Amino acid sequence: MTDVQRSGAIGRPVGAEKPPGLLYNLFVRNITAKLAASPMVMIVLVVFIGCTLWSVWFSFTDSRSLPNGDFVGWAQYERLFAARRWRISATNLLTFGIFSLVFTMVIGFLLAVLMDQKIRFEDGFRTIFLYPFALSGIVTGLVWQWIMNPTLGLQSTMRGLGWTNFTFDWITNTDMVIYALLIAGTWHGTGFVMVLMLAGLRSIDGEIWKAARVDGIPTWRTYLQIVLPMMRGVIVTTLVIVGSGIVRTYDLVVALTNGGPGLSSEVPAKYVINYMFNAGNLGQALAASTVMLAVVFVILIPWIIIEFGPKKTH
Amino acid sequence: MTNISMVDEPSGPRPKRSFSPSRIIIYGIIFVAALYYLLPLYVMITTSIKGLPEIRLGNIFAPPLEVTFEPWVKAWTSACTGLTCNGLAPGFWNSVKITLPSTIVSVFIAAVSGYALVNWRFKGSEFFFTCLLLGSFIPYQVMLYPMVMITAQLKIFGTLWAVILVHTVFGMPILTLLFRNYFASLPQELFKAARVDGAGFWRIFFQIMVPMSLPIFAVAIILQVTGIWNDFLFGVVFAGTQNYPMTVQLNNIVNSAQGVREYNVNMAATILTAAVPLIVYFVSGKWFVRGIAAGAVKG
Amino acid sequence: MQSSVSIKDVSLDFGAVKVLRNLNLEVGQGEFIVLLGPSGCGKSTLLNCIAGLLDVTSGQIHIGGKNVTWAEPKDRGIGMVFQSYALYPQMTVERNLSFGLRVAGMPKEEINKRVKRAAEILQLEPFLERKPANLSGGQRQRVAIGRALVRDVDVFLFDEPLSNLDAKLRSDLRVEIKRLHQRLKNTMIYVTHDQIEALTLADRIAIMKNGEIQQLSDPHTIYNSPVNLYVAGFIGSPSMNFLQGTLNGTTFTAEDGTIIPVGTYKFATPPTGSTKAVLGVRPEHIVMNDEARRMPFSTEVEIEIVEPMGSDTLAWTNIAGHPVTFRADSDVILTVGQKLIVGFDPARGSIFNAETTNRV
Repeated sequence: MTDVQRSGAIGRPVGAEKPPGLLYNLFVRNITAKLAASPMVMIVLVVFIGCTLWSVWFSFTDSRSLPNGDFVGWAQYERLFAARRWRISATNLLTFGIFSLVFTMVIGFLLAVLMDQKIRFEDGFRTIFLYPFALSGIVTGLVWQWIMNPTLGLQSTMRGLGWTNFTFDWITNTDMVIYALLIAGTWHGTGFVMVLMLAGLRSIDGEIWKAARVDGIPTWRTYLQIVLPMMRGVIVTTLVIVGSGIVRTYDLVVALTNGGPGLSSEVPAKYVINYMFNAGNLGQALAASTVMLAVVFVILIPWIIIEFGPKKTH
Repeated sequence: MTNISMVDEPSGPRPKRSFSPSRIIIYGIIFVAALYYLLPLYVMITTSIKGLPEIRLGNIFAPPLEVTFEPWVKAWTSACTGLTCNGLAPGFWNSVKITLPSTIVSVFIAAVSGYALVNWRFKGSEFFFTCLLLGSFIPYQVMLYPMVMITAQLKIFGTLWAVILVHTVFGMPILTLLFRNYFASLPQELFKAARVDGAGFWRIFFQIMVPMSLPIFAVAIILQVTGIWNDFLFGVVFAGTQNYPMTVQLNNIVNSAQGVREYNVNMAATILTAAVPLIVYFVSGKWFVRGIAAGAVKG
Repeated sequence: MQSSVSIKDVSLDFGAVKVLRNLNLEVGQGEFIVLLGPSGCGKSTLLNCIAGLLDVTSGQIHIGGKNVTWAEPKDRGIGMVFQSYALYPQMTVERNLSFGLRVAGMPKEEINKRVKRAAEILQLEPFLERKPANLSGGQRQRVAIGRALVRDVDVFLFDEPLSNLDAKLRSDLRVEIKRLHQRLKNTMIYVTHDQIEALTLADRIAIMKNGEIQQLSDPHTIYNSPVNLYVAGFIGSPSMNFLQGTLNGTTFTAEDGTIIPVGTYKFATPPTGSTKAVLGVRPEHIVMNDEARRMPFSTEVEIEIVEPMGSDTLAWTNIAGHPVTFRADSDVILTVGQKLIVGFDPARGSIFNAETTNRV
């Protein structure tokens, strides 16, 4: 048997000691780095994995104000989807979510295109479009609540200026309140989308623009048929981030309408908090939050496949 | 002969019509959009400096006839935030007490973690990082109750420490991503040279990495300060009634008011709550944009 | 003969920086002109002005007899090939070629005809359904050329098209471009910083520096009769040897006193008096031993460094106090320290006025 075979692997010096065991590799090698990264590891294990699993598990129990281990199968979920309040919350989120996503993406993209046209005071305009994003959901909700106040806000102002038939009482209208939320939410989020889209636009190779110009392609068509397809990555990432944020909508609703009038602007996030702390039905709350989790995963999976799936030569 | 024909013919730069139809449309749309975005700010400010009688006239666009700062004083010192009527001042200080430690701790841990991930890879490091990233998409509500139980076990539930812990935990994904991407973009030679010189984990971090990444620290701090200051959910759940941050107090002032609703005080309170992140935003300008863009440039 | 492309008194300023200074250039029909120079000399800028992608500060540009100074690129009758190919990444090769024509509203049969022709000339038929990401660098560049080809124009503009390719691919594609020119006989204006490309492809070369054309001539003239020191030093690899000294009538006295008779040199204007001058000789024009003795000037030198380059050998030595290189056949044995006679005929060299740097 040669020395190489004896030492067990190519490259190890002849006569070296036994290769380090599993415990050594785990606890001694690179120990400082592992210790330093241990908070991150702990957080992932305890919070993101641990807490999530706990919540999902206990959503199958009959927990009330405190958790208990009485396993009840799908009962909480059946009750959930039978509950009128939940169904309203879910439909609201669907309506709000889809419209909000579409509007913020489209308006954000259009604003980015406009800003890309070499306008003067670009920095100033960007500051204006983006500052709402620096405000909290509470501030956003309260300001728009004031503006949409029927007796003293926009409606009364416009009527006072002469448009006596002007109506803008969406915030007190059970059918329209979700659109009031939409106005405030879009105002809050478009700046973010605009910034990302603009960064994406600016990363396009300038020579593509030159080639399109020499080819005689008009500017709008270049944006639509050449630039937009090239920005697929940025667009998908933005969609995922904005989408998963919309599912969590809570602050805005609490401030703008607190779920009202009645239950007409309830959203799932509020449902969860309400049952978790106020109505003392933990099982319901956990079932609702698990459903929210599932929705987010449904949004995430296409993105994961696109980003980490079969490699495309790029 | 040539002179005359050359003067009539096109020569030199193309005539630029600054007021071409397309430019007008572009600037037009941008101005209208700017109005939509500025309107709430304008309304906030003007309402907050009007007296109540003026407000009842019902014209939110009208500039104040008489400017008064009394609503501001009232919002700060004597507005009712639930059972007590001490204004926003306590909430402000609570927010400060929450934001400062949370920012410092979360930024530090994330920076060290990002550094460890990039330069000191160990088995499973990438796996944990991917979990961290995916975890950032999980709605907070899913992890909320267990966190309540954990903080209760640690006997910090209902105190500032609980909120600080929670903010640190949930700030990790995006901050770690930020630092990891940044450290990955630094030349590896620097790190290798330091190791050849015999420097260890912490020395390299403090003496080489940190000085080189001040911009990214700025971005991280801005992200955290804005995010934590604007938070509502964690404040209302974990902090305890005495320690409510400004956002919670604000909501109480406006939405749980009994009797006469003082809209000017409400707006003044809103501005006061929005002030800190707005100032950070206006001052940091480009850094803020960088922070957002960095958050979206994953992988 | 009417020029294909005419550049009249063109200047371009970027703020206070004068990038192009009062340029005049006439390109003949079917001519292959190369704009050669280092980065920053203005060659790409000039090309972009011809294309209409940049506005000139003053002057005019005529293409095909028409004044196109204010015309959009698509109306100038030009096609352009870019350094980074600039292919539309989400479209197939066929779509890349036909997109511009579709937008212009051309009938389908005409589009197909042109695409087929371009694909046939550039051997793109097997790739028509592929996307740029699945093509090699050389194939991508051919698609880029094809995109210009389908426009059926008279003038082709090339902006450093081979710079992104590795050396082997570069020489392959260089030959293809030359073949293309021979087949199509279009006017081609080509920008590069690589003198080999310039010398091999051009009918005429315009050497540019700081926004001005230093010399505009065919490659042979530029190589053998450079018009000033800059051109002389720029063209030729390894570069020309320069000896500083003084010119007195038909005698050149080097700084260290060596006398070199230059009576055989073709002076543009016979010099008078004594002028500080620079004598330039190319390494391949310096010969050894018996040949050297027959030369108007020869001297004994000692070899300092030998660089075998495969096809021939480059030797470093010292003449008249100046470092000098000369070429020898690769089967000649040269060793460090070897003493031998070398010489040259000044008629094959160049003499420049040291102050004006112009050729004498």
